[in-house]
Amino acid sequence: MTTAAPITLRARGRVAMRQAISRASRYLFLGASLVGVAVLLLLAYETISSGVSRLSWDFVTNYPSRFAERAGLRSSAIGSTWVLGLTVVMALPIAVGTAIWIEEFAPRNKLLTIVKLNLANLAGVPSIIYGVLGLAVFGRYFGLGPSIMTGALTLSLMIVPMTVIASQEAIRQVPPSIRDGALALGATQWQTVWYHVLPGALPGIMTGIILAVSRAVGETAALIMIGAFTFIAFDNTSPREDFTTVPIQIYNWTIRPQEAFRQNAAAAIIVLMVAVLSLNLLAAVIRERFRRS
Amino acid sequence: MAVVTERLDGGNVHEALRKRPLNRWNEAVIKGLLTACAAVSLVTTFAIIFVLLEETVAFFREVSFSDFFLHTRWRPLAGNPSFGIWELVAGTMNVVIWSLVIALPIGLASAIYLSEYADRRTRNTLKPLLEALAGVPTVVYAYFALNFVTLDVLRPVLGNDVPIFNALAASTMLAVMILPTIASISEDAMSSVPRDLREAAYGLGATRLEVAVRVVLPAALSGVIASVLLAIARVVGETMIVAIAAGSTPNLTLWPLSTIQTMTGFMLQVGLGDAARGTVDYRSLFAVGAVLFAITLLFNIAATWFVGRFREEYV
Repeated sequence: MTTAAPITLRARGRVAMRQAISRASRYLFLGASLVGVAVLLLLAYETISSGVSRLSWDFVTNYPSRFAERAGLRSSAIGSTWVLGLTVVMALPIAVGTAIWIEEFAPRNKLLTIVKLNLANLAGVPSIIYGVLGLAVFGRYFGLGPSIMTGALTLSLMIVPMTVIASQEAIRQVPPSIRDGALALGATQWQTVWYHVLPGALPGIMTGIILAVSRAVGETAALIMIGAFTFIAFDNTSPREDFTTVPIQIYNWTIRPQEAFRQNAAAAIIVLMVAVLSLNLLAAVIRERFRRS
Repeated sequence: MAVVTERLDGGNVHEALRKRPLNRWNEAVIKGLLTACAAVSLVTTFAIIFVLLEETVAFFREVSFSDFFLHTRWRPLAGNPSFGIWELVAGTMNVVIWSLVIALPIGLASAIYLSEYADRRTRNTLKPLLEALAGVPTVVYAYFALNFVTLDVLRPVLGNDVPIFNALAASTMLAVMILPTIASISEDAMSSVPRDLREAAYGLGATRLEVAVRVVLPAALSGVIASVLLAIARVVGETMIVAIAAGSTPNLTLWPLSTIQTMTGFMLQVGLGDAARGTVDYRSLFAVGAVLFAITLLFNIAATWFVGRFREEYV
């Protein structure tokens, strides 16, 4: 009678090697996924260390200037605010209207498929193409020139597709029982949408539009195409005026060879990133606050 | 007893409510307004196509097709101008290739880590951080491509004969820009591969690495391909990074350390120069724009197709 060899779960030979390679691979993959995070931190560090010395109240309230140390963001910040404000005012109703039509009113036929497919493709059109569209249609054909109105119309068309897609999601999140209940009690279709579906979808729609605006804040190419790369040394008071925006000011300072202007660009990037991050934070807060229990 | 589970939505509700006497006149007006909103996006598409085609047709009255598609020199402002699109296409291909060379391995490895290795808490921290890279305005990336990548990395490492404007600096920041696209969409695809496949492989003695690379990755391939196609479309359409960091010299080369110009870079140059309407340079903007639009549309449609195929297989 022979005694059985002691049973062990420890692998040997080739199997042990395969297991060792597999264990090591975890660190390789972890390392790769930390690259993105590391880049983010590096960029933040570089910008702050190079731009923070230029940040001051004067930097925000001064007009652009050919002297780097006197130049500021006043006209570009005012221009950005004007353009984005008008963009939201124009894009929000159109986007929400489109989303309501798709989710609540559209006949389920080929036209709906085409509209949805078209929105998906529009969301992928490069921003510079929207700029060309804005230049030719709003700037030249409508005769609005390189004005705030042209910029806002162009950016509106650009952010409508992504806002529609976010709003559709939000509307779909409203439980069907609410809609069915309202309809069963005799509400008309629009009453149902206005009093029951929209209030429930509102946080999601807000999140969507805020994220879209955080995209539009940093948009540069489309606005340069419509002619917003200009020197503005006055406060905008009407949407018919020429304008410039913060990202265009960053572009302007970046392409200059002098070190002092690069510092200005870094300082302006800090301002722009604070705006973008605040918008994203706001969107996250709204989403958490109204998350359905 | 049969339970009615059919859901009424959209036009079906409308149809079902058609005979309801409460249907007031303003319902029709509101429905008309909503339909008009939906029409805006269709009109946008038609306007884009119309605007691009109109000026492109005018462009081809002055420049022949063979000059545009068969010549290789792009010198629109020279005394004897030539309009061969290939130098600009090569510039775009240059940054597409090198940004993918950088972003694809890192993006895929991140996706594999997030989907196959990370526990839920790590994933919920890492994924939003990675996706934050997608929210950074591209003019910020452009600033870094020029100031940080070229001056602080490429020149010290590769020597001072690296030109100040070069395709590699632009490609590096483009890679950072598309990293979240590749990682996030590929991760979604890998996460939705059914558990059975993984468990069957583990049951046969495969290690975690083997399951990830030889089972999950191939199973999620159409999702991965879709993410890459979307990333390519974004690189092709990106303007600020290439305009600032890659230069404005059309160059028929795929070498990463040369100064180039992409299609979008040229378009921005015309936009900055405020070309007079009706001139051939103004029209060349639309001809290049039409080519750019066609390329990005093609990649976006292909990506949608691959996403649809993936959904059919597993979801």
